[in-house]
Amino acid sequence: MGASQSTESNLTASIQRHLSKIVVAPSFAASLFFVYGFILWTGYMAFSKSRMLPVWDWAGLRQYERLWQMERWHVAIENLLIFGGLFIVTCLIIGCLLAVLLDQRIRAEGALRTIFLYPMALSFIVTGTVWKWLLNPGLGLESMMHDLGWTSFKFDWLVNSDMAIYTVVIAAVWQASGFVMAMFLAALRGVDQDIIRAAYMDGASLPRIYFGIIIPSIRPVFLSAIVVLAHLAVKSFDLVIALTGGGPGYSSDLPATFMYTMAFQRNQLGVGAASAMMMLATVMAIIVPYLYSELRGGKKNG
Amino acid sequence: MADIQTYSHDAGWKNTVLRGLLYLILILFAAYYLFPLIVMISTSLKSLDEIREGSLISLPRVVTFDAWNYAWNEACVGVECTGIKIYFWNSVKMAIPAVLISTFLGAINGYALTKWRFKGANIVFALLLFGCFIPFQVVLLPMSQVLGKLGLASSTPGLVLVHVVYGLCFTTLFFRNYYVSIPDELVKAATIDGAGFFTIFWRIILPISTPIIVVSVIWQFTQIWNDFLFGASFASGANAPMTVALNNIVNTTTGVKQYNVDMAAALLTGLPTLLVYVLAGKYFVRGLTAGSVKG
Repeated sequence: MGASQSTESNLTASIQRHLSKIVVAPSFAASLFFVYGFILWTGYMAFSKSRMLPVWDWAGLRQYERLWQMERWHVAIENLLIFGGLFIVTCLIIGCLLAVLLDQRIRAEGALRTIFLYPMALSFIVTGTVWKWLLNPGLGLESMMHDLGWTSFKFDWLVNSDMAIYTVVIAAVWQASGFVMAMFLAALRGVDQDIIRAAYMDGASLPRIYFGIIIPSIRPVFLSAIVVLAHLAVKSFDLVIALTGGGPGYSSDLPATFMYTMAFQRNQLGVGAASAMMMLATVMAIIVPYLYSELRGGKKNG
Repeated sequence: MADIQTYSHDAGWKNTVLRGLLYLILILFAAYYLFPLIVMISTSLKSLDEIREGSLISLPRVVTFDAWNYAWNEACVGVECTGIKIYFWNSVKMAIPAVLISTFLGAINGYALTKWRFKGANIVFALLLFGCFIPFQVVLLPMSQVLGKLGLASSTPGLVLVHVVYGLCFTTLFFRNYYVSIPDELVKAATIDGAGFFTIFWRIILPISTPIIVVSVIWQFTQIWNDFLFGASFASGANAPMTVALNNIVNTTTGVKQYNVDMAAALLTGLPTLLVYVLAGKYFVRGLTAGSVKG
């Protein structure tokens, strides 16, 4: 009896010891299957002859060749560069400016912060819907300016295939710049006050304090913000769908909308998979070096 | 904080002018952020005639809730003219289980990975974390096949599964980073008293986790409610979530374009997350920074 009791307690003890692993196992398995497995699956599909239905016949690099021969893919890549570049730069400028301005012992700072940041709580579909209304040439901002007496005002970017991608920038900046402000503001509040005071005592002017001391000391936040924004830009999908639908034609397509169209509307599974792999490669090229330096450079952010 | 008043070598009047300018710029920016919301509300309260005659910024002469009523009860999504309300409930039925399950799993993962560290726990965490960064386009095709095989295609349970799986990395990240800062002695003392893995989790760890639970719930809710990609890919038709229905209403090409209804539908879609933001802004921002800076 004593022996069986001890085996039992041995068993419970050994279960207890392994409980931690048992508990994490389902999530880990899900991740292995739904993340890593699916990436391999998509990766393989990009090497297959899949068109309307997934097939496993090997086609080598043919899908990638077809992808890079498509005019539409080149438009999407070019748009991503335009959109990503402008989106990141504008958000950084507005975010940094607002953070510095808010850091001046402003009355009602809390209320202003709430106003600057609320678009981040909205779905990109909602943002796209409202900006589509604001920017529509017939009844939106253009007609508002006409009513105000500025009759030569012309703003038809939404329906102009050369300019449509810039409307996506406008709406995206509206949505995300407040968030960049929040990141910068948190960093500004963490700057060592003694150094600022010392510089002031030495006669440094406020702009010099900002450009010489404060901005350089929050450089890591710039990097974080750029990575976050770049990541958002590559994944941008909903906003384009709601605002321009990728149009006129496919002039405001981004890789994310390109992939979706190929995979779900054009019966080009192989090309869709190949474009998804290109997107993954782009994101990894941004994220992996960043994470590596974050994780190696001390655990200061916990 | 380095402000003009404290750190200025200039005369008083110059500072006053600067401060005036400062407030002016801030107010202009506030107007820029608020403008679309105000236009959205004002347009949704106008009649269609008034929209055509009046200007974007003019406030409604006659306030009418017809557009709201129409959007909620009658608007056509595809061929179904049932209003956006059924899609609202679709989103609720999708978001609540997905938020609860992913938050619970994140909590227990975070606890296991920090307080009962096993060999390779860091590698497991790093591998899990990777899921936060992938562009979801890379999983769309396999996922639609797997959901089809499981009989979950175009269904709310299918979407719950998708959101739990791809939300896990964020919730695990939140809880793991929170529990790292809780002293191990707390757990050790309880073990000596004979408490096991789950007893400690329920009795000691969960009761002190409220702040991070709030962050995780808000983050997950916002992400899942606002999602469009998964909804559009895996749940067309009557089971579509609200964002998909909204996009459908707005882009319907048949009939007269009802801008007021579009705006009312957009506001209805945005209200739940806006409400969360207004009520718990602090936690919202914390989730954003934790979820985005590190993830």
